[in-house]
Amino acid sequence: MSDFTIFLIDATVKSVIIIITLLTGFAYATLLERRFIALIQQRIGPNRAGPFGLLQPVADGIKLFFKEDIVPLQADKVIFTLAPAITAVPALIVLAVVPLGGEVNLFGYKTTLGLANINVGVLYILAVTSISVYGIVLAGWSSANKYAMLGGLRSSAQMISYELAMGLSILAPVMLTGSMNLQDIINAQKDVWFIFIQPIAGIIFIITMLAETNRTPFDLPEAEQELTAGYHTEYSGMKFAGFFMAEYIKMIAVSAIAASLFFGGYRLFGLENLLGGWMGPFILGAKVIAGLMFMIWLRATLPRIRYDHLMAFGWKVLLPLSLANAVVTAVLLALGMFPAFA
Amino acid sequence: MTITPVTIAFAVLAIFTLGGGLGVVSSRNMVHAALYLVLALFGVAGLYVLLEAPFLAAIQVLVYMGAIAVLITITIMVTRRIMGITESVNRQWPLAAGIAALVAVTLGFVVLGLFNGLLPVADVPPDNIEQLGAAFVSHQAYLLPFEVASVLLLAAMIGAIVVARD
Repeated sequence: MSDFTIFLIDATVKSVIIIITLLTGFAYATLLERRFIALIQQRIGPNRAGPFGLLQPVADGIKLFFKEDIVPLQADKVIFTLAPAITAVPALIVLAVVPLGGEVNLFGYKTTLGLANINVGVLYILAVTSISVYGIVLAGWSSANKYAMLGGLRSSAQMISYELAMGLSILAPVMLTGSMNLQDIINAQKDVWFIFIQPIAGIIFIITMLAETNRTPFDLPEAEQELTAGYHTEYSGMKFAGFFMAEYIKMIAVSAIAASLFFGGYRLFGLENLLGGWMGPFILGAKVIAGLMFMIWLRATLPRIRYDHLMAFGWKVLLPLSLANAVVTAVLLALGMFPAFA
Repeated sequence: MTITPVTIAFAVLAIFTLGGGLGVVSSRNMVHAALYLVLALFGVAGLYVLLEAPFLAAIQVLVYMGAIAVLITITIMVTRRIMGITESVNRQWPLAAGIAALVAVTLGFVVLGLFNGLLPVADVPPDNIEQLGAAFVSHQAYLLPFEVASVLLLAAMIGAIVVARD
């Protein structure tokens, strides 16, 4: 077989595995959220379908599949149908550059766990998150519904505002390692995680990542009291499921990205080398689950921020703070007063 | 000319770019036109990947698709008067046609002069972000254009703040 054929098979198999893992992860993230919130609120949560409610996501899927698929009369039908797909695609492809483990040996074939190890990995992540706003804006607009439109506009304003602070906070690990390659960034965290070296950047990244995924306390685009359900008010059945899926897959993806940038990625005290390197994805998976639990915990704890407060917080607090942090880090690095990890 | 995976990818991306461009000028619905523009910009980003310039590709997506086209889309959506327009040309079309023809002739002249079959990809190191960064702040390279662009962006930002305060 030629090198190109091997590359094609390698990339296809890895893509299929990543997408299947994300889809399964999405199904069980919904269950995790419902059970965990129930625990926090002293309820029981779904526990009837299968042992511990493990078949609940299957039941939900079947239910959504058989719901009537409603398209509003005034809606722009093509865009209305495309919007859920446009929302889901960035969520599914953003993990392509995240390393899932080191090099492993599979029946004599050596391969690296992770789809694409590109030199501009961090920029790729920023680029893909920047286009994820389209799906929501288009969903809101094409529904021909004032509430949906307002939800879509709010969401886009929120995502654009918080993207700036997110980009500046990602700059900290990039400056420390002198590389935009995520594998390099993870390798540099072999001894100490960047969250301990750059706590401000890490915390800003976590806050902006909640805003990017539209999670509480930043879930204004879907504020029930003011906007019914926001941009997906008019959606039903599997199209609604598309938005639902995109939100949960985004949660998984940003958890994996946060883990890679600030929490050591697939590495954990050398444990990732166990089982011939196959331990890496499990360590990353554990960190992703921790990230999901954190987001769910926040949802159960915090109220929603008012819209003007949200904007003021993004522009007047997070942006100057992340800018100052980037400048101070750059100056300290240039003066050689900061440990470099290159 | 042999058909390789690269030429197939180029053909697909060229269809995206040119088809998107055609869609922009032929759509009567402004939001659709904006979306075709996004498609065309995506095609250009793909062409950068084929040229082994992943940095430019990522910047193309980040700046043009993720910022400028979003701005255009939202501006169109919140402006009802623009949404109501159904004519596909306005009074300025002869001027626009003239400028477009001029650009097409100039570009065609340059490109046809260079075109001797398929040119190899420019010989640059794949990991050229550091060189690019150094070139921006080197007075022998692009320091002046870089600073001029920065001043322009700053002026635009101040202008936006002044407009918003009124």
